[in-house]
Amino acid sequence: MASSLRDRAVDLVGLLTTPILPADYVDLFDPLRAGAELRGRIVEVRPETRDAVTLVIRPGRGWAGHTPGQYVRIGLDVDGVRQWRAYSLTGPADRADGCITITVKAIPDGRVSTHVVRRARAGMLVHLDQACGDFTLPDPRPAKVLFVTAGSGITPVMGMLRGALDDLEDVVLVHSAPGPADVIFAGELRQLAARGRIRLVERHTDTDGMLDADALAALVPDLAERETWACGPAGMLDALEARWAGLGIDARLHTERFRPALLAVGDGGTITFTTTEQEVDADGATSLLDAGEAAGVLMPSGCRMGICFGCVAPLRDGAVRDLRTGELTTASPGDGVLVQTCVSAAAGPCQIDL
Amino acid sequence: MTAMQKKTDDPTAHLSAEDIACLGRELDAIREQVIASRGERDAEYIRAVIDNQRKLELASRAVLLFSLFPPAWIAGTAGLSVSKVLENMEIGHNVMHGQWDWMRDPKIHSTTWEWDNATPSDQWKHSHNDLHHTYTNVLGHDNDLGYGIMRVDEDQRWHPFYLGQPLWNAINALLFEYGIAAYDLEIGKALKGRKDKDDFKAQAKGVLRKIRKQVTRDYVVHPILSGPSALTTLGANITANVVRNVWTHSVIMCGHFPEGVETFEKTSIEGETRGEWYLRQMLGSANITGSPFMHLMTGNLSFQIEHHLFPDLPSNRYSEIAPKVKELFERYELTYTEGPLPKQVASAWRKVIRLSLPNDALQDAAAVLPFTPRTAAPEREAVAA
Ligand SMILES: Cc1cc2nc3c(=O)[nH]c(=O)nc-3n(C[C@H](O)[C@H](O)[C@H](O)COP(=O)(O)OP(=O)(O)OC[C@H]3O[C@@H](n4cnc5c(N)ncnc54)[C@H](O)[C@@H]3O)c2cc1C
Ligand code: FES
Repeated sequence: MASSLRDRAVDLVGLLTTPILPADYVDLFDPLRAGAELRGRIVEVRPETRDAVTLVIRPGRGWAGHTPGQYVRIGLDVDGVRQWRAYSLTGPADRADGCITITVKAIPDGRVSTHVVRRARAGMLVHLDQACGDFTLPDPRPAKVLFVTAGSGITPVMGMLRGALDDLEDVVLVHSAPGPADVIFAGELRQLAARGRIRLVERHTDTDGMLDADALAALVPDLAERETWACGPAGMLDALEARWAGLGIDARLHTERFRPALLAVGDGGTITFTTTEQEVDADGATSLLDAGEAAGVLMPSGCRMGICFGCVAPLRDGAVRDLRTGELTTASPGDGVLVQTCVSAAAGPCQIDL
Repeated sequence: MTAMQKKTDDPTAHLSAEDIACLGRELDAIREQVIASRGERDAEYIRAVIDNQRKLELASRAVLLFSLFPPAWIAGTAGLSVSKVLENMEIGHNVMHGQWDWMRDPKIHSTTWEWDNATPSDQWKHSHNDLHHTYTNVLGHDNDLGYGIMRVDEDQRWHPFYLGQPLWNAINALLFEYGIAAYDLEIGKALKGRKDKDDFKAQAKGVLRKIRKQVTRDYVVHPILSGPSALTTLGANITANVVRNVWTHSVIMCGHFPEGVETFEKTSIEGETRGEWYLRQMLGSANITGSPFMHLMTGNLSFQIEHHLFPDLPSNRYSEIAPKVKELFERYELTYTEGPLPKQVASAWRKVIRLSLPNDALQDAAAVLPFTPRTAAPEREAVAA
């Protein structure tokens, strides 16, 4: 009843503002209000290492909260172009000021990450989605925990340490980074270790070499007893998954990947986007998502790595190839086979209903 | 004006096929430069225009709540008129051209934009982007040429109906948004039974729904909200809509009607190369000279030539590339038609009045001599002859 009254009121105000919505005017003055499209305002930019910064963001009133370990999608305008990327939430769920934090490491030539590290300033508005992801601690908490992270892979784990360490008894963190100065959150982690709250094993790959599964087993003899969360480069995660599977304990390993493992490359083709009637020639390594975005098509997207299905669109005709497996999906005119545009590329001419 | 292919002094006669191809490549290069440098500055520009237009509209409508007081009426009506012009011209028209699609902002995108105009955006996009921009000034293809109710070229056969066209044109100016809606609907075609009935019904429904909403807003809800100022607010809103209609009609007339602008034979565009397409856009459009504010208020359609060459480049860039385009016209010895607004409006009106009469009534017969073909395409000769 209350909501239908509210809808009626909005309809009435809509008579005043047609063809645009009342919200479009209110957004001019109060972008973070309840009910607005979700945005956040950067309130602080804190340097972490020479190539990583933490953004403290005050989310709009519509923010529904998060569970440590989850990530949030952020939309930023880079050179005037809206770009969406996923970043793990590095803060606890219940910060007193209601803010959330993400920590971004600049990747050489990375469009969004270098922009954030160089250009983000307090006061800027960013677009947000609600938090998501299942790289989280279960309830009840496991007795013994192992975290294995590398580089910026520390971020979701930092969220868990900050948000849930009080509930955890026995925590081992094995973290690898090129050198001591590259360790994100180094001060805080070393302090936790000094206070005996966690056992921290820092590996510096410049001097110690890459962390492999054997080395890990030597560092953490009881790893088979530990519920394990790992986040880092694909090579490391693949090795861990193989080892855990070999031990028959793969159910105890939880991994978070920042980018999809892509293998398959075919011939590419011409993609036709039906709503804008755009035709784009794309090679076999370019995802439909990237190709469409480059052509100015409004492409829905999510994780951009094949897990969230936020990017699916109907394939009306032609063939696309799954970039992870090489599998072909085909459609005949009239079909509407849903494909994940972020991990599919054209395999000959194809028509996407966007 | 006579279709270019029939003129004695074809303005492109001196250009070889190779010249035209070269011209095409130079224009492509200008386009590439703009695309490569599109960025934050452009995004800030369009956001600022939208932001300011909305604030101006809000403020004007707020002031009009007290429109019983003459100063409030004047300020509110002026503000609302400017805001409506900006909304249609610099914002709506250009967003719907896809000029800002590259920003990937779903709020400023050709596929999502709806404008303050009687014609729904999807219908306008079809008749404007697909037909007018593709068939610019091609007789019989480009409805913008005379909107199907006027004779705008010597080559159109005269009919007594056209005697009234100065009046039709004046009425069209006052009611321009409805005129556009009517010809986007292709009512003429529908009456002759050359349009799918169901399509027409669905589209007509869309237009009527849009008009109902627009009218309710400007002529019912806002006046009622003004209480004792209801009638004066109604008057203000009518005035603002008429001002916007007359202004946009004038600007658009200046784009393709003034003397010096060429029209083209239907057959001249068959097998047209990219260079030839560019050439048609160059000769089929005219610019308006004036201040930066005037350019803004025309939605940068004062750079009609640049807009027709590159319909999807951000409007704020047209003034920047205009000197390069003009230099190109000079080098290729083509006429860059431009003039101040009053002169161009007068020129367009003169033509409307002159062509309301049969050709020989006013015109020196010497103007229509045997044609000189632009290129020696045989089918073209056949048609022109
Ligand atoms: C669930 C999830 C959580 C994430 N959390 C974080 C986080 O907390 N902190 C963080 O910094 N990043 C995180 N990422 C990665 C982030 O979303 C972006 O992919 C990253 O910032 C690169 O974006 P970019 O625009 O700078 O690079 P792009 O311009 O997209 O890519 C530039 C080049 O870098 C390569 N590249 C892309 N991603 C990586 C990568 N991760 N490592 C190495 N090379 C890469 C690309 O293949 C390309 O060649 C997360 C990703 C996911 C899916
Ligand atoms: S964007 Fe998440 S699956 Fe494609």
